[in-house]
Amino acid sequence: MIENRPVTTVIAHCVLIVGIAVLALPIWITFVAATHDAVRITQVPLPLLPGNQFFQNLAAAWGQGIEGAGGQPVGNMLLNSLAMALMIAVGKIVISLPSAFAIVYFKFPFRMGFFWMIFITLMLPVEVRIVPTFQVVADLHMLNNYWGLSVPLIASATATLMFRQTFLTIPDELLEAARIDGAGPMRFFWDILIPMSRTNIAALFVILFIYGWNQYLWPLLITTDRSMYTVVMGIKQMLEAAEQAPEWNLIMMTTLLAMLPPILVIITMQKMFVKGLTETEK
Amino acid sequence: MLKKTLLCAAVTAGMSMSIAQAATEIQWWHAMGGANGERVNKIAADFNATQSDYKVVPVYKGNYTETMTAAIAAFRANKQPHIVQVFEVGTATMMAAKGAVYPVEDVMADAGQPFDKSGFLPAVISYYQTPQGKLLSMPFNSSTPVLWYNKDAFAKAGIKSPPVTWPEVKTDAQKIVKAGYKCGFSFGWQSWVQIENFSAWHNLPIGTKENGFAGLDTKFTFNNKYVIRHIANLAAWQKGHLFVYGGRRGDSLPKFTNGECGMWLNSSAYYGAITKQAKFKFGQAMLPYYPDIIKSPQNSIIGGATLWVLKGHPKGDYIGVAKFLNYLSSPKVQAWWHQQTGYVPITTAAYKLSQKQGFYKSNPGTDTAIKQLSLNTPTANSRGLRFGNFVQIRDIINEELEAIWAGKKTATQGLNTAVKRGDKLLRKFEKANR
Amino acid sequence: MLKRVHFKSSYLPYLLVAPQMAITLVFFFWPATQALYQSLLLQDAFGLKTEFVWFDNFKELFDDAYYLDAFGRTAVFSSLVASISIGLALFFAGMTDRVLRGAMAYQTLLIWPYAVAPAIAGALWVFMFDPTLGILTYMLQGFGVDWNYKLNGGQAMFLVMAASIWKQISYNFLFFLAAMQAIPRSLIEAAAIDGAGPGRRFLTIILPLISPTTFFLIVVNIVYAFFDTFGIVDAMTQGGPAKATEILIYKVYNDGFIGLDLGSSAAQSVILMFIVIVLTVIQFRYIERKVEYT
Repeated sequence: MIENRPVTTVIAHCVLIVGIAVLALPIWITFVAATHDAVRITQVPLPLLPGNQFFQNLAAAWGQGIEGAGGQPVGNMLLNSLAMALMIAVGKIVISLPSAFAIVYFKFPFRMGFFWMIFITLMLPVEVRIVPTFQVVADLHMLNNYWGLSVPLIASATATLMFRQTFLTIPDELLEAARIDGAGPMRFFWDILIPMSRTNIAALFVILFIYGWNQYLWPLLITTDRSMYTVVMGIKQMLEAAEQAPEWNLIMMTTLLAMLPPILVIITMQKMFVKGLTETEK
Repeated sequence: MLKKTLLCAAVTAGMSMSIAQAATEIQWWHAMGGANGERVNKIAADFNATQSDYKVVPVYKGNYTETMTAAIAAFRANKQPHIVQVFEVGTATMMAAKGAVYPVEDVMADAGQPFDKSGFLPAVISYYQTPQGKLLSMPFNSSTPVLWYNKDAFAKAGIKSPPVTWPEVKTDAQKIVKAGYKCGFSFGWQSWVQIENFSAWHNLPIGTKENGFAGLDTKFTFNNKYVIRHIANLAAWQKGHLFVYGGRRGDSLPKFTNGECGMWLNSSAYYGAITKQAKFKFGQAMLPYYPDIIKSPQNSIIGGATLWVLKGHPKGDYIGVAKFLNYLSSPKVQAWWHQQTGYVPITTAAYKLSQKQGFYKSNPGTDTAIKQLSLNTPTANSRGLRFGNFVQIRDIINEELEAIWAGKKTATQGLNTAVKRGDKLLRKFEKANR
Repeated sequence: MLKRVHFKSSYLPYLLVAPQMAITLVFFFWPATQALYQSLLLQDAFGLKTEFVWFDNFKELFDDAYYLDAFGRTAVFSSLVASISIGLALFFAGMTDRVLRGAMAYQTLLIWPYAVAPAIAGALWVFMFDPTLGILTYMLQGFGVDWNYKLNGGQAMFLVMAASIWKQISYNFLFFLAAMQAIPRSLIEAAAIDGAGPGRRFLTIILPLISPTTFFLIVVNIVYAFFDTFGIVDAMTQGGPAKATEILIYKVYNDGFIGLDLGSSAAQSVILMFIVIVLTVIQFRYIERKVEYT
């Protein structure tokens, strides 16, 4: 504790609780909707408190809800989502760390050219250039596999930009000291830069994992094999039932199921944050 | 080592042989989510069980627009499916793509499959025929707008029978509101219900060149005095909540099922959803009309989707496609599909079968749609419509109607602008497909 | 920006950027160039008939008064979404960084909205604010608000913005918190000993030290507001009522992906890219100068 000001701490707690109440309200409503039966959830006024249908809905969502519609077990869809999200998150981090390192720490011809070439990928999302991108992926025979699902989405600049910002905050003295010790660029990269960027890598991993997990249009377009379906596609399929009333209770239940893996990733990564924190305190 | 290699080779050879003997796969991309997705899977599985040469593989590809875009992107990359489900507004786009589309009638003829066009309901297939009468795609899930009404509300308001004309709709809506309901009526898919079907029902054209059937150089005419008057009426009826607007698609369904509005004009295919959710007695009636425009109504037009066959696969595949489409349109399958989903049957045989099975007796009102569609022989105005870029044009109509409902434009201004903006897109489509 | 102290090496930097450049070239530049070339073409959906029309697609756009209206709307939408989501996230991160007890729980709960897929988030908000069914509609009506975002453009815009901000706060929060937690405690303790209160410390120490992150977030949030919000618009309002929520990227998506008018859609993305590139160059030139890198 830096100082003891109980009043400001209480205020901080209050503000946070109010903020969470507002931000988490939609999640709460998702949960509530997942605990009622299909008819209750179409009658005004909708409930604000959970009902008693949680396990029935869970069984239905797990059993027929997605499995019936897509013909695929939920477990398989979750697995596909997981593989896709992990490949995107790891892939992006692995390719952006060295490129950000090169751009910040080396002087070489076309340095800024490379930077802007990477940067410009932010300006044209996949959904907008989806038809030509589909063509490229089809030409490379990458339809219906994990590579096609993930690699085209790795081509984006957020991670590179983030690492550039992080590296720029790392004191120059460290590099000078490393040089005096006779460390080459790669030694410096492995032993100093990466450990020092740990909290940011963790934050970025969370963000990228969720980004990959939540993809919809791209997997929809490039998979024609039902065993490659992801869980978000399963939910949308329940939502898009033309000229039928959406079964909100099952949709919300599946949404909850689909939220669990990202939440687990967040909680796991938080441990890394704390570790990073204690290390800087040394 | 050698043994292993030999074994490997043997296994590989065995595998490739079993592949060669396996059934030819037929890809069927569709947009049916939820329970209807399961029914689609069942149709394919049942067909696959009847023979062993072909295997139909249904693949869900998102909603209607997503499915269509996916198929087109796939076509551009030479990975198209054999069969794709396309909604009715995409018809002109598909039809113009002569190099990509394999007309269903040709598929049947080339495969030597028996195919009797006269067995289909005229109002259903006329939408998908060339002016010469060739059937281009296979109707699959078709519906038409009807008037849904809350029988309890009608009883409470002292209304004996559902309204037949629009002036009656107005007086009934007043009675319903007086009886304590929040709103008289609402509707969804407004361009389809209040402009396209309104015009067909009154035998009015919505565009020149037989609603676009006879040529790409068509122009919109739905800013005529009758449509303008009708839209102006609707806008005026918002006062006192006789009419309440509730969104572009089916979004206003809860207004009806929660007993807010006493009447709802939308697709007959909502039967299942309403049965599930409404806690009151309800009924279906034919669309209302204006007796001063037409003595008795013409016929309504369909919505929904059809199955298009795409070119570019080995010739033998299309024999399987033809067999499957034949199976799909057989009375047994059609009657089952119709009774399960609420879509209209596409053949007279399926309609008669459903009658024989007593479906309409145990589910009164479910034949309203089909009666309404086959009320009269379709005319050039009530056969359907064929306009390019119609997905975007419907958006324009939505926008302008919303401006009218919000009181930002008069009916005349809004519809004139809609026609002007729509014509621009028609010209663009004409230019791109010349 | 380059480090004052840096390496000189002939081939290593090229090797380091190579993997990213390879993927970017194949999966971005190749298709993107095709998309841009498309902006000069008039083509049917299937690509069977193609006509080279020079700048007709652009001309058509600038002749369209509705398209020009969308610029103003997009400017308001993007600046509000970016600034409000950054501001609120900074505020929450500052508070979370302050409290020791329960920080973990707060953090987990605050990031939760991010775990909802955009395609589903839109549906969730529609569910809450549906003019008939919505639970929040019910409450609003209790306060005497006539809530019907299907007809009222202002309400529709408010709703789309609220959902877009809601989706992004968690992202910003996570990065702010990571940056704040990387600040050595000793610095803050030293300031506390000097008698600086929490507000002063936040302004004079924390804010400058996290400025590189703030800069990153400004860039990313503007790009988010400009490019990544069409899914929410599509799920909630489809640009309506009467174009009230039609922002530029939604029109790109709607004309291209839904309307299959690839030429016009490509022309619009060129215009949009141009705007954002100009904005970004301005940010790098002028705002980055104020960022304190060590």
